[in-house]
Amino acid sequence: MTFSLSKNRLSGKRGTVQSIWFALFRGAAAINVLALFAVILFMVIQGASAINWAFLTEMPKNSMTEGGILPCIIGTICLALGALAFAFPVGVATAIYLNEYATQGKRVAMIRFAITNLAGVPSVVFGLFGLAFFCTVLKLGVSLLSGALTLGIMSLPVIIGASEEALKTVPNTYREASLGLGASKWQTIFRVVVPSALPGILTGSILALGRAAGETAPIMFTGAVFFTPDLPTSVFDEVMALPYHIYVLATAGTHIGETRPLQYGTALVLIALVLGMNLCAIIVRSRLRNRNRI
Amino acid sequence: MTNEIETIIHTQDLSLFYGDFQALHDISLPFAQRQVTALIGPSGCGKSSFLRSLNRMNDLTSGTRSEGAVIFEGTNILEKKIDVVSLRRRIGMVFQKPNPFPKSIYDNVAYGLVVNGIKNRSIVAARVEKSLKQAALWEEVKDRLHKPALGLSGGQQQRLCIARALAVEPEILLMDEPASALDPIATQKIEELILELKERYTIIIVTHNMQQAARVSNTTAFFYMGRLVEVGSTNALFTKPVKKETEDYITGRFG
Repeated sequence: MTFSLSKNRLSGKRGTVQSIWFALFRGAAAINVLALFAVILFMVIQGASAINWAFLTEMPKNSMTEGGILPCIIGTICLALGALAFAFPVGVATAIYLNEYATQGKRVAMIRFAITNLAGVPSVVFGLFGLAFFCTVLKLGVSLLSGALTLGIMSLPVIIGASEEALKTVPNTYREASLGLGASKWQTIFRVVVPSALPGILTGSILALGRAAGETAPIMFTGAVFFTPDLPTSVFDEVMALPYHIYVLATAGTHIGETRPLQYGTALVLIALVLGMNLCAIIVRSRLRNRNRI
Repeated sequence: MTNEIETIIHTQDLSLFYGDFQALHDISLPFAQRQVTALIGPSGCGKSSFLRSLNRMNDLTSGTRSEGAVIFEGTNILEKKIDVVSLRRRIGMVFQKPNPFPKSIYDNVAYGLVVNGIKNRSIVAARVEKSLKQAALWEEVKDRLHKPALGLSGGQQQRLCIARALAVEPEILLMDEPASALDPIATQKIEELILELKERYTIIIVTHNMQQAARVSNTTAFFYMGRLVEVGSTNALFTKPVKKETEDYITGRFG
């Protein structure tokens, strides 16, 4: 006699109910993959014809109806890196303060309230704020710096959130062991806690960077311009950027119809850039994780 | 033994509160130098809290407050002005679950030295080797010092944690159920190690395992409901307990 449990199937009504619900959940999960796949496929089909070496390495020509998008690629990379240069240290420092040594109380509650609400501010409001504060009050003008700072502030909540999550996963026993050996709190944070949390912190930050690179509203008043004949040479220069370029070509240009392939081509480049960053995040995370594991 | 055994650290009417809850009630207990003292008692009796008072580990738990005194070298170490960082270097701790850092074996043992400002590489290397030998781990890891510590077995990890604690040359070693997460063979190794270490260190060990207390300790203190019920030489306490609670506990009637 064989009595097999290997199929692990539930029989009867309970089994049917279970399979229906599980199928629904599986379907829900599949929608994510399909959505990403559809977006990429659509962009590739529409935009692949526009992509060639000249498109990636040349300046726009003829009122942007021909030529390449090099200044937009460079502008977007500079804006994203600039945003990260500001938001990464500030965000990680905030997360360390909140998670490692702040006395939980009114002050911390207020800071958390501020961060939560910062995350909820619409991106176009960040754009207007950046215009009013960085460009006008701080007299930075419409520049790479203003755009990067605006994007940076917008990315702060994401970086803080990711960093705090990563710090929370560091077991308390590490902290106790370190303090028990006569390490100071700072040494414990710097030598044990942060290195353990680093994969999570870096992953979260690179994802935030990708998000920031694709934003249009925060940079359209603060850093990005319709067209500039020069590549940026200083942080006070105005730049072109991929997302704003798409917006311009698709809605504000004079030859909207004719530049369709350019629009999709630009979008494809932007998506490739963002996905590339996310891929970096995944690689960084697995590298760092494996370094000190078995 | 002919000469008088010296007390290295003692508590005076030590009470500990977690918020409104009083976890320890007026505990006065001396600890003899280069001896093993076992703290036994049922779960929640306060023995771990007591142990953690001795190097101010309870400071890390918010809402704790102590009264009374813990006297180490004539100073009450519960006072605010005490430098807990250097106190904890001198009173080391081994925890219940092995907790090596996600670093190499070498870096784990060297950690305490580095954070205490010892930078000379040859001194660090010598101290790492000596500590691993003291923890009876050297032979097993000498060819893989720069491999991740998390690749070791549970018992090896715990001996690594002991080596790590020994590297900073503490005077007192606090052990909070150091073998409770280990299998019998690894446990035996830890016990043998404790017996060797007491030649040089004062060891205070919390244990759930009464046979273990009987095997490794010179003195045993029985805690119950946050109070010190009885303390005496291990031999006497296990054979002729004075208090009824002690007898009930060691004969297995509760706990």
